[in-house]
Amino acid sequence: MSTAHTAAAPAPGAAARSPGPAGRGRMATVLGRHPVGMVLAAPYAVFIAVVFAYPLGFAIWMSFHDYFFAAPGAVVDRPFVGLDNYRAVLADPAVRQSFGNIGIFLVINVPLTTVLALLLAVALNRVVHARTFLRVAFYVPYVTASVAVVGVWLFLFNADGLVNSALGPLAPDPSWLVNAGLAMPVIAVFVVWKQLGFFILLYLAALQNVPKELYESASVDGAGWWRRFRSVTVPAVRPATALVVILATITGANLFTEPYLLTGGGGPNGASASPVLVMYQRGIQQGQPDVAAAIGVLLVIGVLIISLVNRRLIERD
Amino acid sequence: MKRTLPALLLTAALVVTAGCDGSGGGGDAAEANAARGPIDIWLSNNQEELAWGKAMVEAWNAQHADQKITAQEIPAGTSSEEVIGAAITAGNAPCLIFNTAPAAVPQFQKQGGLVALDSFDGGAAYINERTGGTAEQYKSPDGKFYQLPWKSNPVMIFYNKTVFAKAGLDPERPPLATYDEFLTTARKIKSSGAAPAAIYPAPTSEFFQSWFDFYPLFAAETGGKQLVDQGKAQFDSPEGQRVAEFWKTLYAEGLAPKEKYNGDSFADGKAAMAIVGPWAISVYGSKVKWGAVPVPTSTAKPADQIRTFSDAKNVAMYSACKNRATAWDVMRFATSKEQDGALLAKTGQMPLRTDLAAAYPDHFAKNPAYQAFADQAARTVEVPNVPNSVAVWQAFRDAYSESVIFGKKPVPDALGAAADKVDQLATGS
Repeated sequence: MSTAHTAAAPAPGAAARSPGPAGRGRMATVLGRHPVGMVLAAPYAVFIAVVFAYPLGFAIWMSFHDYFFAAPGAVVDRPFVGLDNYRAVLADPAVRQSFGNIGIFLVINVPLTTVLALLLAVALNRVVHARTFLRVAFYVPYVTASVAVVGVWLFLFNADGLVNSALGPLAPDPSWLVNAGLAMPVIAVFVVWKQLGFFILLYLAALQNVPKELYESASVDGAGWWRRFRSVTVPAVRPATALVVILATITGANLFTEPYLLTGGGGPNGASASPVLVMYQRGIQQGQPDVAAAIGVLLVIGVLIISLVNRRLIERD
Repeated sequence: MKRTLPALLLTAALVVTAGCDGSGGGGDAAEANAARGPIDIWLSNNQEELAWGKAMVEAWNAQHADQKITAQEIPAGTSSEEVIGAAITAGNAPCLIFNTAPAAVPQFQKQGGLVALDSFDGGAAYINERTGGTAEQYKSPDGKFYQLPWKSNPVMIFYNKTVFAKAGLDPERPPLATYDEFLTTARKIKSSGAAPAAIYPAPTSEFFQSWFDFYPLFAAETGGKQLVDQGKAQFDSPEGQRVAEFWKTLYAEGLAPKEKYNGDSFADGKAAMAIVGPWAISVYGSKVKWGAVPVPTSTAKPADQIRTFSDAKNVAMYSACKNRATAWDVMRFATSKEQDGALLAKTGQMPLRTDLAAAYPDHFAKNPAYQAFADQAARTVEVPNVPNSVAVWQAFRDAYSESVIFGKKPVPDALGAAADKVDQLATGS
């Protein structure tokens, strides 16, 4: 085949490049075989360095120092304090509670997001009529600002909201958003609803790549809908599932807006406070960015570990 | 080696960014203190206050063509304190901010963002002369003034006369002087269905919410103690426990809701009472038939002995200011008797002046509704000026929320644990 032939034969000019002058050789070593590619990638590399690598490195540095924000030119002492900030963070019940809260959130949010997104994507993939309308309908909450849609949920889940009116005597007491056992699950369900549209799109894209022949041969072999879903769809979209789980974990671990707005700053009694919310309180409100940085570093480490475990579990053959 | 270039670019970016840490040098403070020229100021975004600010700036600019003021509203943010803190760090804070919260002053001071007003000739004397003994509460632990006490909003109990009448209570002399009276009144309001809630302070966990539930009653019950005094928490005391138990009863009996209300519960008729300052007179004036009484105490102290939270906002000069001599002159101009009178007339807020009622007799004669607040303004308690002030309030609020609002812990245990934490924070550690 022509492809194999091309791969086997040296490309025209390759022989001339290889033993070329010493200067060009060094340049090729530094810039790689495609210098234009490096030039094109450089702005993004700089962007990543400035908006991600530098702040991350700086946050790690802050977490090992007695650091606070100061006016330019102000003479302030920022001594190295070793693990003091980490000790303070780990000894703080509010921080421990926030990590526990986010654990509850992820346990509810990630599986629910993954399962619902996959089922709805499969269903939408089969829909013939009103396909665009339905896809847009699921996507609208994702692109709508949390601040706006939170109002709707407050209207639904307030003590005198629509849900309690419908439930009547079955309504929980204390009500949803002031109930220590229910506040975080309500937030988790809210975030599932809000973000579902994005994850459905990921699955819809993945479903386009599943060969129809697989379904046909499964049908010929007598497989029903459930068997085809389990044995063809789920394995075929496994890379998308890995992506959905990892993204849902990362966005979930960074939860801030919803507890801040839905439960009045992490209430009741801190039952819905997330680590990022506590970071905001410590770093911005209370002027302890060093402590906030330590929380952030622990959160990054936690998310990395969970994501790696998820990937291993989902992508293994 | 193939990764050499990306590594170099990353390093270069880090070096460039690290170089941009804003350490631009602060200049010579003595030189800045003597310099005159144009200055920038920030004003609150409250409409009435903004109108006063614009008129004040116009009056100044008409007389000082070479030292003009450029005024703008404080940029939008979650809170003014956060915006100001960010501006200090960025080095672009204005010369003066006419909305500096006393609770944030220790933090701004630690950041190196404030100018000590004592560094101007007669600075401390001017403040002491204008504000009197109350000024002492605004001094920093180093004995200097980093804020000019400007105006207060002494909080009182506002009540809805229509709701009280509907509940069968005397709207002209409501029984609200003691905790027992207050609770009996609250129960009547709730059981009669006159209003869904007797009182509805925000039950959320922001650090400042205690200024509008616990703190005014604590000030009244203790005869004027601050939350922290001499580095020690004062609330883990019989008085503090009485106040906390009073609020706990209101929450436990559903007289005060535990859920955040999105809106103004008093204006919306959801609550029969509210804890507010004199700003409320113009806000509720025609919408609600209201009355005002001092906050309750356990033993019905006479009204003229009751102290309350000041809810003050002050003027501070920020270290980014280059023309500080002009800024100091503007501070005195904006807090002159004439400008204070204009502020009082336009906003209803109480300038922090000695003998306020006597200073503006015509105003109070024409506006008797403000008289009670003016009397109360002489007996206010400020937030303590201690290190980690915001963290101190957050520690207290967390304990209050756990014990008083949600009843998860006995009051003495919660206040005791919070006091230990506050003692540690107030030392600056």
